[in-house]
Amino acid sequence: MSKWMASIGLEVHVQLKTRTKMFCSCPAHREGEPPNTQVCPVCLGLPGALPVMNREAIRKTVLTGLMIGSKIPLRSSFDRKNYFYPDMPKNYQITQQAAPLCMGGSVDIQSAGTLKTIRVNHIHQEEDAAKITHLANSSEIDFNRSGTPLMELVTEPDMSTPDEAIAFLTALREMLVYAGISDADLELGHMRCDVNTSIRPVGTDKLGVKSELKNMNTFRGIHRALTYELKRQMDTLEAGGSLVQETRRWDDAAGVTLSMRSKEYAHDYRYFPEPDLPPVILDEAMIARWRCELPELPAAKRARFIQDYGLPEYDAGVLTAERAIADYFEAAAQKAGHPKAVSNWVMGELLRALGEKGQSIAEARITPDALAALIALVEKKTINMPAAKEVFQILFEQGGEPEAIVKEKGLLQVSDSGAMEDFAEQAMAASPKVVEDFRAGKEAALMFLVGQVMKLSRGKANPQMAADVLRRKLST
Amino acid sequence: MDSREMVELDVETGLEAMARGELTSEAWTAALLERSAALNSRLNALTWQAGETALAEARAADAARAEGDERALLGVPVAIKDLLNVKGQPCTAGSAILKGYTAAYDATVIARLREAGAVFVSRTNTDEFAMGGSTETSTYGPTRNPWNPDCVPGGSSGGSAAAVAARLAPAALASDTGGSIRQPAAFCGVTGFKPTYGRVSRYGCTAFASSLDQVGPMARTVEDAARLYHVIAGADPADSTTSPQPVDGDVAALRDAHDLKGLRLGLPKAYFAEGLDPEVEQLTRAAIGQCRALGAELVEVDLPYSKYGIACYYILAPAEASANLARYEGVRYGNRAEADTLLEMYENTREQGFGAEVKRRVILGTYVLSSGFYDAYYSRAQRVRTLIRTDFEQALSQCDALLGPVTPTPAFRVGERSADPLAMYLGDIFTVNVNLAGLCGLSVPCGFTSSGLPTGLHIIGPAFGEMQVLKIGAAYQHATDWHLRRPADPPPDADVDAKTK
Repeated sequence: MSKWMASIGLEVHVQLKTRTKMFCSCPAHREGEPPNTQVCPVCLGLPGALPVMNREAIRKTVLTGLMIGSKIPLRSSFDRKNYFYPDMPKNYQITQQAAPLCMGGSVDIQSAGTLKTIRVNHIHQEEDAAKITHLANSSEIDFNRSGTPLMELVTEPDMSTPDEAIAFLTALREMLVYAGISDADLELGHMRCDVNTSIRPVGTDKLGVKSELKNMNTFRGIHRALTYELKRQMDTLEAGGSLVQETRRWDDAAGVTLSMRSKEYAHDYRYFPEPDLPPVILDEAMIARWRCELPELPAAKRARFIQDYGLPEYDAGVLTAERAIADYFEAAAQKAGHPKAVSNWVMGELLRALGEKGQSIAEARITPDALAALIALVEKKTINMPAAKEVFQILFEQGGEPEAIVKEKGLLQVSDSGAMEDFAEQAMAASPKVVEDFRAGKEAALMFLVGQVMKLSRGKANPQMAADVLRRKLST
Repeated sequence: MDSREMVELDVETGLEAMARGELTSEAWTAALLERSAALNSRLNALTWQAGETALAEARAADAARAEGDERALLGVPVAIKDLLNVKGQPCTAGSAILKGYTAAYDATVIARLREAGAVFVSRTNTDEFAMGGSTETSTYGPTRNPWNPDCVPGGSSGGSAAAVAARLAPAALASDTGGSIRQPAAFCGVTGFKPTYGRVSRYGCTAFASSLDQVGPMARTVEDAARLYHVIAGADPADSTTSPQPVDGDVAALRDAHDLKGLRLGLPKAYFAEGLDPEVEQLTRAAIGQCRALGAELVEVDLPYSKYGIACYYILAPAEASANLARYEGVRYGNRAEADTLLEMYENTREQGFGAEVKRRVILGTYVLSSGFYDAYYSRAQRVRTLIRTDFEQALSQCDALLGPVTPTPAFRVGERSADPLAMYLGDIFTVNVNLAGLCGLSVPCGFTSSGLPTGLHIIGPAFGEMQVLKIGAAYQHATDWHLRRPADPPPDADVDAKTK
């Protein structure tokens, strides 16, 4: 790419997490319902049916705008976008063209180690189409998805590499999940992307001829398609060819993009104001109230974890990747008062155990309070580390109070010097050869004897204390 | 009471007779069904008759009345324009594309009538998707004017108007986008009322032009129209364009309307200009004189932009219609033409399913919304609409209501304007502005031409000024008897005659 620079812009469609559809009271789309059972006159486009706005969808789109610093106009409105396709029951889509809900805004991404700001042009609200399945000699349409609330976020062409596009989508996805705006499950099509790309010679300002890749829904696919498309554009221009503005399709199996239609065949959508819906009128007080409901965003949370809890950047990154884990960590850390120890436990034992069980943190039986209490027992040397891990496993599987489990299982660490003296003497008497080795200067022999003491105490001895007692006895 | 007397009953007298136990809804309904069967092949006012389902509803109403039920329209048979959805009944909007389509749900106005105890006795003919002023564009063929079967009944709600005039039903529901209730009411000598845009729910009314469509009643008297209006009016959560403004007044308030003292009524100069048929003008002026005699003060008002109403309407209404009618393509319901490709299926379905007038308007609407033409047409028409609205607001700030003719001519002959769409469109000249400005309007019978055709007095009120308009109409009717005249029955149809014998 040395002679060329790329401009990449994204149009991201996000399925909002709402109870009902955008314009009717049918349940919002869930996978697995029998086809055409979550439908009504409105989302089937029957004669005479009229749309009614879903206020919760409006709120979620505005929240997204607030998160990325958009301007929220107090008046926005819906338009009809006209085109015929069997997945569109009315053969027009209700969307926003002239006056979207959110204007401007930006998302920061990490690009090759530096911070880069990607500007957002606007976010608008619209409805999803039905799901169409093409069979050998027919097509089937499932209207369960018809009318599902979508928001479309349109960026400026500010990304210049496939990596940046993915970094943007990752950051956006994290935010949306964090704020409960969307489940943003890519496999279920909750986030779908149209990708616009163009290249131009380095040092020039005018954007090159763009191509649009439609309906991409995996990060990997987007990365591969972009990589391919940028190379195709560069090869074409370097071979002396010219590009046409066109819509292209990514063929994942073949690993190539293919032309769908060029600009002269572009649709005329004949947008006009939707007469069935009054404008959306918001007021400052309502927006201020919604702003208060915004969760702390991942980047801010990361910075705060480093600042307030003295965590390494790595720990902060792992702990804030999911909001529920970050919340769990904070609850435990505030109780335990030893953030790094809590971080170690959460990143180590807890995430490992969750991974093994395939569970989410919401399903874990060990409460943040219990984890904090367990850590306190280790800190106070009431139990040793192996015992703590055993207690953790019980807490994870069954829940309960750490102290009670320690008592019940007899896991109290032996720090009683009388008992320790006995164990030490027994260990030394049982292995005279090892005692000789140590006295002959073989330091490692001590660890064997400590191991024997641990064994005799059935794991409850404080290992440091055992080592001290043994060293004293061996040197006399 | 015999069936000949029953069919003459209006809503009020029918309700009174049922309350006194002299009439059952079942007998009333049966009498109307029988008369409809005998006369409809001549008038073609009805597209479908409910038969047994209507009789079952009537029996249920009679049983409820026996239990002391006194709901507003209990047992009253009502005819419904064939674009309002009544669950389980056909709903075709007069179009071949929907022939055979059965409504899957009740429109809000239907649910409210049902709740009030009404009986859905028949469905009335309409211009295809309400696009027309003569009921000639219906796939079922033209409806005939009961006063003269060679003439049109007006449109698009010509079936409802003819049914009420010909005693096939005491009242009907209809819709008005540019005059479709008031103009046929005037042509057929019945009372037709278009409420303010946003007053009555459009949910379940097959859409023509969403920002203009409004459902309203047709009946023989202003009081009967008000009876239906008060049942169907009011905010509807299923239609976001309905107003939260409470519906005021009731039928009782109209009974005492005997004069127009203290009212200032405006006469728009533009409504008595060139092009107005001299007989219609003379009858309208006589009616206005009657209003003055009832105590109203008359003032002249200016509506400088109203002359642009037709041009504005025939851009905005087709634009909205082009999108509203896009859903009829044979994929999910309605009639589908077979073809080899998706595009051909769309084309063949719409080519075969839509009539010429609908195609004309869909093409017109598609054109005015096209990129490059939007600003010159749609956008400019929207601005003109605002000017027209302001015109009326100013005129109505100087008076309580406006009076004028409903139509520039009396009913014309079937086929007379079929080849001349512009002449047909100009028939809406006094009515479209009321829709563009979002006002309410009433047409009451105000006389007959020398050839025996009825004409209507147009009473236009401010937005949500329904009670004012209805009171003026009621006072006028209390002082006149035009609304009580009845057309002679056409000779019964030979086939039907043979069957009944």
